[in-house]
Amino acid sequence: MRVEDLKTHFFTRAGVVRAVDGVSFEVRPGEVLGLVGESGCGKTVTGFSILGLVDPPGRIVGGRIIFDGTDLLQLGEARMRQIRGARIAMVFQDPMMTLNPVLRIDTQMVEAVRAHQDVDASTALRIARDALERVGIPSPDSRLRSYPHQFSGGMRQRVAIAIALLNRPKLIIADEPTTALDVTIQAQILYEAQKLCRESGTALIWITHDLSVVAGLADRICVMYAGRIVEQGSVDEVLDAPLHPYTHGLIGSVPSRNRRGAPLAQIPGMTPALVNLPPGCAFRSRCPRAQPRCTEQPELQARNGRLVRCFYPL
Amino acid sequence: MKILELEHVSKRFVQPLDFAGRIARALGADAADEVVHAVDDVSFSVEEGEVVGLVGESGCGKSTLGRMVAGILEPSAGTIRYRGKDATSLNEREARQAALKVQMIFQDPFASLNPRMRVADIVGEAPLVHGIVKREQLDGYLDELLVRCGLDPGYKPRYPHQFSGGQRSRIGIARALAVKPEFLVCDEAVAALDVSIQAQILNLFMQLRRDLGLTYLFISHDLGVVEHLSDRVIIMYLGRIVESAAAEEIFRAPNHPYTQALLKQVPRLDTRKTQFKPIVGEIPSPLSPPAGCHFHPRCPHAMPRCREHAPPLREVAAGHLSACHLNEA
Repeated sequence: MRVEDLKTHFFTRAGVVRAVDGVSFEVRPGEVLGLVGESGCGKTVTGFSILGLVDPPGRIVGGRIIFDGTDLLQLGEARMRQIRGARIAMVFQDPMMTLNPVLRIDTQMVEAVRAHQDVDASTALRIARDALERVGIPSPDSRLRSYPHQFSGGMRQRVAIAIALLNRPKLIIADEPTTALDVTIQAQILYEAQKLCRESGTALIWITHDLSVVAGLADRICVMYAGRIVEQGSVDEVLDAPLHPYTHGLIGSVPSRNRRGAPLAQIPGMTPALVNLPPGCAFRSRCPRAQPRCTEQPELQARNGRLVRCFYPL
Repeated sequence: MKILELEHVSKRFVQPLDFAGRIARALGADAADEVVHAVDDVSFSVEEGEVVGLVGESGCGKSTLGRMVAGILEPSAGTIRYRGKDATSLNEREARQAALKVQMIFQDPFASLNPRMRVADIVGEAPLVHGIVKREQLDGYLDELLVRCGLDPGYKPRYPHQFSGGQRSRIGIARALAVKPEFLVCDEAVAALDVSIQAQILNLFMQLRRDLGLTYLFISHDLGVVEHLSDRVIIMYLGRIVESAAAEEIFRAPNHPYTQALLKQVPRLDTRKTQFKPIVGEIPSPLSPPAGCHFHPRCPHAMPRCREHAPPLREVAAGHLSACHLNEA
């Protein structure tokens, strides 16, 4: 899949919020792409835009999303429904919100299978059972007959992932799927995700604010700030030798990277409001390297095989 | 000097049977009140000026323990002594003075501030009521406090919704500091914040510690944060302390199998493309914790003895306590 110059804006009373403003990236089969950024940087809206799930006042105002040779933005809602859930699936942060609390797991899973595949109920049930087994749910046969509230948080997230897997999608978009989970449970989910990509060749876009999670999981990283990608490259390159001052500051803020007890290298200030963002580099007011030229908008430029959006990279 | 001592502190939450359950019991059914042992026989002490990190996963009782230390909850059993004095032995006036010395900072910077109060009232109410400042000096006192917490004194007439998450955290910290505490209980105080803001707040905590000589009980599930900030770390699992040691020691040489597994699974920037090897199983329900050592169903080294007897905390090195049968014999 390839995203080209995607622009999703929200037209609010206070002004235009450019939540996603010219984002481009691509994911290859079997690859894990980490989409990293702080709250409000547009990473979730990017995921929603790919699936065509942006609600008014939001609108995709430009760009192309090429999936398997077709531009998803040119498809009608009917065609999009065939793709959503079948060839591209999404896993959300809060599984309690994505599962219907009054329906049993088997009902929900069979429904998802039969929406996209022409199979009878018993085959659909078998597919559902296999999916639960693949994500490591013990005794899948009896668990199929449970309701969502009978699962723990980690198990619910596994069910959500199993549902995403049902129709063997080529791409899964996972939006902060482990943020609400405990460390040991998070490790279990990361393990399943990793196994899945390796075995089935499914591409994965892992949206998170936690650099440490993508460090162990992803092949490549896109760092987003205020609706734009500011740096893109392989995990090792970006984390070991960040080029953009924001990436550098973000990595410096992680406690384990600092000497114990010493003050953390902090980024001053806070993320800007996206309403009527002034032109130029959005990071310049917090940036230690800012120069007068930063009031112009820097473009993504290639540098040592990766991309960075900065006039004065590190 | 020990500023805080906990001895055999337990907290049980009892959910009494509902009406149908009581009838069933009267008719001879095997129904009992639901009891959660949120904190089960916990003892530790905190030295003056020390930062103690309390780590555990959800449901391990770390927040309940923090609330007992802050005086919000009363222990079901055991004693909590602050500067050598048991709160229950004090008279009302002394107890109130003692309670002011321990303040709590909460997790959610959105839920813990009253949305209908101005910053000046949120921060200024308590010191005024407790007679720490006179009303005519309040303004100057608040200015000084807000500046110390990295806020502009001009924010005083504003309401909480006008602030970002990081600024609200600072307001919560200013509120706690307003009554001149000696001891802060921080319950997941930075968990809701973005990484770059989290670093700012952690730096503020360390600055305040240097300036005011504060003692902290820092409750968190984030081992990276705890490692950075703490002098000593206590690990809890299902209501019990499983290990406690100096921070360097516990991260260098964890003794308890749970601590070892936990440390191995923390995602770190330096671990690339790792094979995640998770601990099997889930955290059991605290309603019916496993007998013996609570960790035995998930432990790779479990022995028959672990199913029957809970291992006591014993010293495995100087100042390093661990509760595991592997350390015997």
